[in-house]
Amino acid sequence: MSLQSSIVAEFAITYMRFLDADGQLTQDLPESLNNPELLRKLYEYMVLNRTFDAKAVALQRTGKMGTYPSSGGQEAIGVGVGAAMQQGDVLVPYYRDHGAHLVRGGKIEEIYLLWGGDERGSDFATLKQDFPVAVPIASQCLHAVGVAKAIQYRKQTRAVVTFIGDGGTSKGDFYEAINLAGVCKLPVLFVINNNQWAISVPLSEQTLCKTLAQKGIAAGVPGEQVDGNDVLAVYEATRNALKKIRAGEGPYIIEALTYRMCDHTTADDAKRYQPPEDVETYKKEDPILRLRTYLASQKLWDEEQEKALYAQVKHTVAQAVHAYESIPAQPPTAIFDYLYATLPHDLIEQRDVLLASLGENHHE
Amino acid sequence: MSEITLVEAVTQALAYELAHDQDVLVFGEDVGANGGVFRATEGLQKRFGSDRVFDTPLAESMIAGMAVGMAAEGLKPVAEIQFLGFIYSAFDHIVSHAARLRNRTRGRLSCPMVIRAPYGCGIHAPEHHSESTEALFAHIPGLRVVMPSSPTRAYGLLLAAIRDPDPVIFLEPTRIYRKIKQNVPDDGQALPLDRCFLLREGSDVTLVSWGAMLTETMAAAHTLETQGISAEVIDVATLKPLDMDSIIQSVEKTGRCVIIHEAARTCGIGAEIAAQLAEKALTSLIAPIQRVTGFDTIVPLYKMEHLYLPSEARILTAVHEVMAFE
Repeated sequence: MSLQSSIVAEFAITYMRFLDADGQLTQDLPESLNNPELLRKLYEYMVLNRTFDAKAVALQRTGKMGTYPSSGGQEAIGVGVGAAMQQGDVLVPYYRDHGAHLVRGGKIEEIYLLWGGDERGSDFATLKQDFPVAVPIASQCLHAVGVAKAIQYRKQTRAVVTFIGDGGTSKGDFYEAINLAGVCKLPVLFVINNNQWAISVPLSEQTLCKTLAQKGIAAGVPGEQVDGNDVLAVYEATRNALKKIRAGEGPYIIEALTYRMCDHTTADDAKRYQPPEDVETYKKEDPILRLRTYLASQKLWDEEQEKALYAQVKHTVAQAVHAYESIPAQPPTAIFDYLYATLPHDLIEQRDVLLASLGENHHE
Repeated sequence: MSEITLVEAVTQALAYELAHDQDVLVFGEDVGANGGVFRATEGLQKRFGSDRVFDTPLAESMIAGMAVGMAAEGLKPVAEIQFLGFIYSAFDHIVSHAARLRNRTRGRLSCPMVIRAPYGCGIHAPEHHSESTEALFAHIPGLRVVMPSSPTRAYGLLLAAIRDPDPVIFLEPTRIYRKIKQNVPDDGQALPLDRCFLLREGSDVTLVSWGAMLTETMAAAHTLETQGISAEVIDVATLKPLDMDSIIQSVEKTGRCVIIHEAARTCGIGAEIAAQLAEKALTSLIAPIQRVTGFDTIVPLYKMEHLYLPSEARILTAVHEVMAFE
């Protein structure tokens, strides 16, 4: 006897790209990307991202900074997403999305400060509403839905964007967040940086899912996969998603497929587990190179502009390093001063013990 | 004015803040139409609407994590975790984020949020519904931990908790949710979040306790009076920050101290109080400090939980031991 059953729901995940690895258009650009100024801005910020990032690794290697997670090779994701956000939106990052912070007007020295062991790096000079880096995996997704819930309660049109890595999508907090976002139709975009590695664990050992965007289907949250090395695809997908989110259509997931062309952090050595042939393959997929090729082919960029850009970026990064290295140390009492709005009496006692242990010179 | 129970005092405080502050939102599992499994949110959704009092999906980590996000945006979320025994999947957000966001951002973002959770044994519930694990939270810098022991203090302390600019873990004693009734004026008057309450003056021994255990402690104090022993009783109420000044002041007067708590003994808050008394009031002590606590066992299922819970008899024994020192 054959059992009868019928399809009650069907789902599909689409993949989008505009620029292939050779910088050739794979489809016509939409109106929003027919904008040389925007394309140059995306390019310039990706170059800034890569340059400041390489400097961060160098600072760590020379003992001037602590453990740092590079965003090498994944610049298109942070920059593309951040560039499509509005200033009043809220970024709830993880730790490999520096490009979004930069393109939103965040300071490079803030990133150096944080990873250089100074909490003031998370006291952003601008971007007062953005969240600091979240080190525990996936927890930021729930903070993002909380922020989105507040925005919805206040009937604002702002949107929330949160980032997560491929490994993070294995965690309960990710599922709990997309589930609530779906139930409440919250104004939040989840961006998955699928760089195919969670430290040393490859995607194949993380999930049987063919895509990570499809994880949203279980929560009723639509999503798509884009070429994470094509900043145009990342930007356009984000722009479309935020437009729908602002119109009250609820949450969305963008899976940006890329490859981690760097160690997990400066404390890691990816050569221990990344197959060299993979790295060689993805070198050819470089997001910066392909956009430059495209811009040059359209006569939107030339050697002179390239030289000028690198000179300017070098100067900007040097200034940031100077700002980072010349900031006066925090007072010792700072370890107490931000625990509570008002320091409880028992901690005043402990703070005095610290000050006494440091001698007269450190008294405020 | 009619007298109300502790759980009704919780409802009254939530209603007062909801009525007076648009930033206050109340949410959790079954807190909406059902009014909470203990009825602590009874009628609130009907009165304030489902935008402000709402049910969440069944996910505790989400409840706490969402509260962090809302609080960082300037709202004052009051989240209910249905039982303290279910809070552990939310622990990461409480410890790793709520407690740290102000410090992490050097004051740029903060977490003015309250997590309410019923705690303790004595209600014939299944496993995980009976623990008293306040010490886990009191260990965490950045948190406040509060345990009321009467309707009056539940009302005043919960108002203070909601108004506090930092995260507060507010643990409600299920065993006495409906045991005591008091006249609690709905006047919006908060109680201080950093002070002990002197429940009874005495001169021979200081009994220090909190939450539901104040019931047995006060009963013991009355019995001791008939035996000619004058016991002073302190309700710690706010466990973090700990008001050691009040406890030390009392012990300097009586010279003897018995600490009573429902939580397991090892690394309980009684240990912290005893340590600080040893550091700061040793020369005032006539007798060694005694602790009367839950045992270091899993809280038994309810047929045997009376064996776990400190009894008035155990408190009396401890007091008699310290009274043997002159």
